[in-house]
Amino acid sequence: MSSDATSRPLPAAPRPATPMLRQILEQPTLRRAFRGAPLPVRLALVVVALGFLAVNVAIGALVVSGRLDGHWYDFRDLGNATGGLAAWLDDRGLGPWLSYWVTALIGGLGILSFVGGVLLIGTWVERRLLAKFQIRRGPNRVGPFGLLQPLADALKLIQKEVLVPLGADRRLFFLPPILVFIPAMLGWGPVPWAPRMAYLDINVGLVYVVAISSLAVLAIFIAGWSSNNHYALLGAMRTVAMMVSYEIPVSISLLSVVLFTGSLQLSEIVAWQATHNTWLAMILPFALFTFFFSSTAEINRTPNDIAEAESEIVAGFHTEYSGMKAGLFLAVELGNALLVGALVATFFLGGYTLFGLEEWVPPYLILAGKISAVYFVFVWLRGTLPRFRLDQLMGYAWKFLIPLSIAFVGISAVEASIFARADLPGLVVLGAFGVVNAVLTVVLVRFWARIAGYEAPQGDLAQPRLTTTVGGLRAAQRLRITR
Amino acid sequence: MDSTGIVVGFWVLAAVTIAGALGVIAARDLLHAIFFLIVSFLGMAGLFITLSADFIAVAQVLIYAGAISVLLVFAVMLTPLVSRDNGNSLYIAPGALAGLALAALVVFVAVDADWAQLSGDALAARSFPDTAATIGELLVGRYVLAFEVASVLLLFALLGAIVLVHERRDDDAAAARAEDGAAGDEEAA
Repeated sequence: MSSDATSRPLPAAPRPATPMLRQILEQPTLRRAFRGAPLPVRLALVVVALGFLAVNVAIGALVVSGRLDGHWYDFRDLGNATGGLAAWLDDRGLGPWLSYWVTALIGGLGILSFVGGVLLIGTWVERRLLAKFQIRRGPNRVGPFGLLQPLADALKLIQKEVLVPLGADRRLFFLPPILVFIPAMLGWGPVPWAPRMAYLDINVGLVYVVAISSLAVLAIFIAGWSSNNHYALLGAMRTVAMMVSYEIPVSISLLSVVLFTGSLQLSEIVAWQATHNTWLAMILPFALFTFFFSSTAEINRTPNDIAEAESEIVAGFHTEYSGMKAGLFLAVELGNALLVGALVATFFLGGYTLFGLEEWVPPYLILAGKISAVYFVFVWLRGTLPRFRLDQLMGYAWKFLIPLSIAFVGISAVEASIFARADLPGLVVLGAFGVVNAVLTVVLVRFWARIAGYEAPQGDLAQPRLTTTVGGLRAAQRLRITR
Repeated sequence: MDSTGIVVGFWVLAAVTIAGALGVIAARDLLHAIFFLIVSFLGMAGLFITLSADFIAVAQVLIYAGAISVLLVFAVMLTPLVSRDNGNSLYIAPGALAGLALAALVVFVAVDADWAQLSGDALAARSFPDTAATIGELLVGRYVLAFEVASVLLLFALLGAIVLVHERRDDDAAAARAEDGAAGDEEAA
């Protein structure tokens, strides 16, 4: 196919200046590979595609006729299969413990393998997307389209020697790479993937999620403390400080979700949004923003990744970790981003429902699509925004997010009680609340920003300009005057 | 309620909790002691789960393992004598007294309780409702006074902390004079 690319060069493109550029231009793209294939291969591909479509139409017909509903082979809800298995095991008369253990193992392994598989492909997706944002190509050498790059990275990391710094607390030093994984996995428990497909559908699911996410900070702190390194300790202290600040906005923003849905159970929250044909994001835009922004701070994603800010403190809490131990920290960061995506989708974007489409398409695919969408926003932010300063972030949490969140909890409490008493159709009331809350959000945010001293940038924003207010000697002098 | 799983779970969790608590006393390093304390907290949360108190269990993880431990870490990190040996504490005698008092309380409750009503068939006959909703209704219903008193106490603690760390007014005035107008607004707010 490379010969095909050279025989048909891009029109009006000058000869690539360097061998590197030439190689990049010759990389096979999907379209060019398809065009370059011989006729039988192309015909076979078309037949396969048509067959795939036919199978999908047949499945669609099965779904519409209702012959699938609730049987163990109803692929729209994998909970049916495990439920059927549990019932079959119970019929054998071996006691309820066996069916419980078997289904629990299947569910746990399902979550583990899903997260593991996504971690393998996720780094590739993130690097390719970031490359697109920065007008680069990204990893494209190992395997087709560079898909095997994460595997190559993992192999390289495993081969590396794991160093223990002199003076490190040896017993504690080996714990954190394992400990950070526990909350990242446990957090997936209550997320509902379909009506019967929630692994841990407890009725305090929301509080459980917040509690579990607060445990990750301990592993990070142990990592920073046991490394016997100033940069690592600085990163750990920053993480702890951020966690103390941003736990509060997360909890308060979820409080208004609970006020509207009247339940702490994640499946109930999704069901509420489905029965009212709405997304809580439309009613509670500020809560969505607060949850999303605070979550980026909690899981150390850019723009809030000051705990491992490379330009300031080397790599923060995992400075001293080498080999696969560092790799585990990086992997868990990605897993946490996906988990936050799942939580944002469940709390604010309707979870596995999509206005009736979940009857036709497997709901877990819809949830996976929403998770990818939120994850894309994470990557987008990482490719776009610079990092905040530590004091900026703390001030933003305490002076801006927390007061406004408290105000919005009051507003949504009033609205929730109106909604519970109103005789009007739900969609009218909720729509009115959506409009009112959008207006209130704009007004209150502008008002509070003026009070708190945030200023909108002046002048022509399209023009590049040298700034004298951020960083450098001037800022240091100003700080010395005020403090 | 007395199935094998619950019994095994109880003994394992009790062992974890007690081992963690012993580790707190035995550890020479203050930070190790804190991490043992967290293990003990998590074991307690597990014990609450075996008692069907799901909300209390989650709150235990959220507040004790998640928040209190972070505060402890902060307090230890900001203490000048972090690397000091944990052994030579001044408070051994009062600590032992307080522990004895707590143990006496637990023993009294255990002896006083009517176990016939709290185990076996009598326990199985009771229903365990949604504890979060029940606790919420009790907090703003029957125990609203205690709830309000506790929140007022917390508010005073918050105000006290702000007063303690806030700079004096002279410093503020000096800072406001040095700053420009926008930052002056910030101080007023």
